Amino acid sequence: MYWNQNKECMSRDEMRALQGKRLHKVVDYVYHHTPFYRAKMQELGLLPGDIQTIEDITKLPFTTKQDLRDNYPFGLQAAPKSEIIRVHASTGTTGNPTIVGYTRKDIDIWSECMARCMTAYGVTSEDIVSVAYGYGLFTGGLGAHYGVENLGAAVVPTGTGNTEKHVRLIRDLGITGIACTPSYALYLAETMDKMGVTKDQIHLRVGAFGAEPWTENMRKEIQERLGLKGFNLYGLSEIMGPCVSYECECQHGSHVNEDHFYPEIVDPVTLERLPNGQRGELVFTTLTKEGMPVLRYRTRDLCALMEGECECGRTNVRMTPIMGRSDDMLIIRGINVFPSQVESVVLSEPEFAPRYLLIVDRVNNLDTLEVQVEVRQEIFTASMESLGAIDALEKKLASKLKSVLSISAKVKIKAPNTIERSQGKSKFVIDKRVLK
Amino acid sequence: MTINQLSIFLENKKGTLLQVLQILKEAKVQIIASAIADTVDYGILRIICNNPKEAYQVLKDNGIAVALTDVFAIALANKVGEAAEVTSIFAKADISITYLYSFLMNGKGILIFRTDNADEAAKVIESNKLTSFSESELESL
Repeated sequence: MYWNQNKECMSRDEMRALQGKRLHKVVDYVYHHTPFYRAKMQELGLLPGDIQTIEDITKLPFTTKQDLRDNYPFGLQAAPKSEIIRVHASTGTTGNPTIVGYTRKDIDIWSECMARCMTAYGVTSEDIVSVAYGYGLFTGGLGAHYGVENLGAAVVPTGTGNTEKHVRLIRDLGITGIACTPSYALYLAETMDKMGVTKDQIHLRVGAFGAEPWTENMRKEIQERLGLKGFNLYGLSEIMGPCVSYECECQHGSHVNEDHFYPEIVDPVTLERLPNGQRGELVFTTLTKEGMPVLRYRTRDLCALMEGECECGRTNVRMTPIMGRSDDMLIIRGINVFPSQVESVVLSEPEFAPRYLLIVDRVNNLDTLEVQVEVRQEIFTASMESLGAIDALEKKLASKLKSVLSISAKVKIKAPNTIERSQGKSKFVIDKRVLK
Repeated sequence: MTINQLSIFLENKKGTLLQVLQILKEAKVQIIASAIADTVDYGILRIICNNPKEAYQVLKDNGIAVALTDVFAIALANKVGEAAEVTSIFAKADISITYLYSFLMNGKGILIFRTDNADEAAKVIESNKLTSFSESELESL
């Protein structure tokens, strides 16, 4: 089922032509309405007329989170104040918050894109959907809310908090869809367990999960415990909010609403554009936004783009799940290393617990990388109780790491439960080079 | 013919050996013999004790990487050349000894070892009339 078959299943040539036309228009618009972009383009000797096709996008300057902070609050806003009908703000724990103003047309496009997502998940006007993202400055609550309303399903604006009441509503109202963060979905399942409410007593069948990275294992667990099918919903407030990309029933990557948000993958260091299929930093250009259009916004999210028609019939480009953040990137002996690369190798080896610690150091002016992993208690059996067997395990992991990272790492196998547990990502890396 | 040995993965770090020994002490496990094979980063501690199955469970419950391994325990006469004599029997049968350690108990030399072919080793021990110990025999010594 499609919400907007014309746009979701457009031929690639038509899509490129549409994107080119819209890109030219948005560039012309920001050149004349946003002093920040005019100055950036003038620095590069660019005029709006230089941007005619979507391929010209690589001539344009990038925009970073820092640019938005430096121009707090409304420096990047292009539409006049009288046209802005809503303002959202991202969290500002590490500096000024990012303020985004939306015009009426922006809200309409957001609701349109969100309705496409919900339709792809299988939501229809027969459904009752609980929106349990935070309502308020965060884009999650209102973004999902407007999309569900636009589609014609009934919204129950539960928001976050009072989870027991939420469980009762899900049960008593026969709520069939839920939009929330995957971690909240798990919390909901725990609350149900505590209240003695089983999944047979509820009718949830669709979950729209986003706003934080999640894994296939989390998906399995949520699906199993809530008895629904969980779909990925991707978005960020700097671009619009949730609605930028969505999984279809095939769940093979998330379809990007690329007639509104043009995605690119770039090398986070050289900023060179990378071909489809190659992993790098995801960059978005808003093609139709009026309130705060952004050119080539660096999301810091790492993923790859996949072109080609999906089995669902959609032709728009898909993005892989987010595989990490470019801010986590380490440069070791001149090679870019992402902790998520190490993670993927460790997770693929059944002998090790899904935990690791990277220790980067500099010895005699040469960078060193040590990867500490925990051997699983249950694999240390009689056939493993020799130094040779452990050494072979070390060598096997080292060789896999080398093929993925392109640099050698020293593997250190540790006893079970000896690597410190932490919620934050930063704790997975100790870079001694910066401590000196 | 074999006895149970505890094999424990240990990191080469202060306190890790003590931690294991404390757990065994609290579980009232009597250690009869032990040996450590080590590399720079880690080692394997091998222990012969009374009640190895219970000791194994206690260590496991405490999150220790521990395995129960079948090893041979045979008596050596307390005289020059005896270890070479026994080893040559296995070499002749084309059986490799993976590791071994020995200890004296009540004046008896006892050799603990693991081979790459336990079934063949058992036959060799029998046909050469070597004295092998069971767990209870070791404990009663």
